[in-house]
Amino acid sequence: MIIATRQAHRAGTLSAIEVLHLQKNYGDIIAVDQLSFSIPRGKTYALLGGNGAGKTTTLSMMLGLLLPTSGTIRILGIDMIKDRFKALPRMNFTSPYVDIPHRLTVEQNLRVYGGLYGLKNVKRRITVLAEEYHLTPLLKRRYGSLSQGQKTRVSLAKSLLNEPEILLMDEPTAALDPYTADQVRTALKAYQERLGATILLASHNMQEVERLCEKVLMMKKGRLVDQGSPAELITRYGEQNLEDVFIQIAKGTELPQ
Amino acid sequence: MSASSFWSSPRRIGAMIMRYRFLMMASWPRLLELAYWPTIQMILWGLINRFMVTQSDWMAQSAGLLIAAALLWDVLYRAQLGVSLVFFEEMYARNLGNLFVSPLRPYELALSLLTISLLRTLFGVGVAAGLAIGLYHYSIFDMGLPLIALFINLLIMGWAIGLMIVAMVLRFGLGMEGFAWAVIFAFAPLSGVYYPISILPEWLQPVAQLLPSSHVFEGMRLIMNEHVFSITHVIAAAERNVVFMIIALSLYSFAFYSARQRGLLLQMGE
Repeated sequence: MIIATRQAHRAGTLSAIEVLHLQKNYGDIIAVDQLSFSIPRGKTYALLGGNGAGKTTTLSMMLGLLLPTSGTIRILGIDMIKDRFKALPRMNFTSPYVDIPHRLTVEQNLRVYGGLYGLKNVKRRITVLAEEYHLTPLLKRRYGSLSQGQKTRVSLAKSLLNEPEILLMDEPTAALDPYTADQVRTALKAYQERLGATILLASHNMQEVERLCEKVLMMKKGRLVDQGSPAELITRYGEQNLEDVFIQIAKGTELPQ
Repeated sequence: MSASSFWSSPRRIGAMIMRYRFLMMASWPRLLELAYWPTIQMILWGLINRFMVTQSDWMAQSAGLLIAAALLWDVLYRAQLGVSLVFFEEMYARNLGNLFVSPLRPYELALSLLTISLLRTLFGVGVAAGLAIGLYHYSIFDMGLPLIALFINLLIMGWAIGLMIVAMVLRFGLGMEGFAWAVIFAFAPLSGVYYPISILPEWLQPVAQLLPSSHVFEGMRLIMNEHVFSITHVIAAAERNVVFMIIALSLYSFAFYSARQRGLLLQMGE
């Protein structure tokens, strides 16, 4: 059975991420409502929605930080609710809203996280990532002394330490200037293509989504209200760009017949 | 379990200890704090001890009684603080989200907290014990091997209380932080640190007997006053420590489960 599953994975016949009837209630409040989607291996998808749409709640449940009220999440074929520690070494996460210890240097932080992911040659991996993300001059500096943009790059490097097969990202280029954001997107794209990684990103940056993502999952009030490639959504809603589609959905405009 | 997965757990615990070592190296006030309070305690209780020996026949029987009591009390206090303060560092840093999206298991976090607590306790109490030798010519190590049994029992009780505080902070947030500093002092009167349990009101003595620490300090006085090592007190303390640890680990596990139910791990911070 295990061998068959691995073969299916290699052949790309199994989804990297499968979410089925996911529900999260906080008392009477429904944060995520019967959410179902799947992401094939090696694809980059975006989770879009306004504030309070349930994006971060969904990501938290996928990471095992939050227990769903009901539903299932399978990542790389592993049940995240029962067996998340089998999947976590093959995943990673980055968010500008989750901090990294300020008093440690960038290198010290990366060494600690490298240890947590059980990397055998942490120093070499740090050197490679520092070059890719232009962090070499920052390695000996305290994380707390960095600018917001530099911190975001360190956070990204942290999320790639273990060369994850699954990368979950919450606004990966928030606080970056356009040039640095572009560099980061290029590096992410290269990473994804090199390792065939599967990426799910929550973002408010529609240009980023259009550039990086094959498919967009639109959320509103905890529900999946639409999905499709950026081009499909733009056509379907009769708009010029994804940002206008986002605004239409946020306003609650009915899909044109 | 494969060989690599067997070793990955100690590696993750090692990474957490390394994280704490980096933090201490980067902050001299934190290093100073480790030795500051044990030193002040030692100077204060050493002087009180010196005075009391001249005033009391009971105290005169064993010259270092108060110094030994102060040192052993500090083992309990340091062990508890070591667990809770190191956990708070992760909350101040808003780092719990990053830790728990990594393969770090909650039990590995607990084991790293206990290991760091042991190292902090050995350092802080070691400095104070050295001072006692230098200033008052009293060496707690004269107690010999029984000291190890007393030390381990106090360490485990401190760890258990520390884990209970971690559980409460996970459940109720950093508002419980002040509790971490104060909670141990609720155990002091009942532990009979500086006096025998027999002077407590009769109705309170059975309550005191429920604490591992009361048996440790009774045992300490027997060693110092009568040169008798009471294995009965050590076993009684160990039995109570088993109960304390079971309660602590249950609360810790429940607090993690509750934090995952309520989505607190990603949000926790100041």
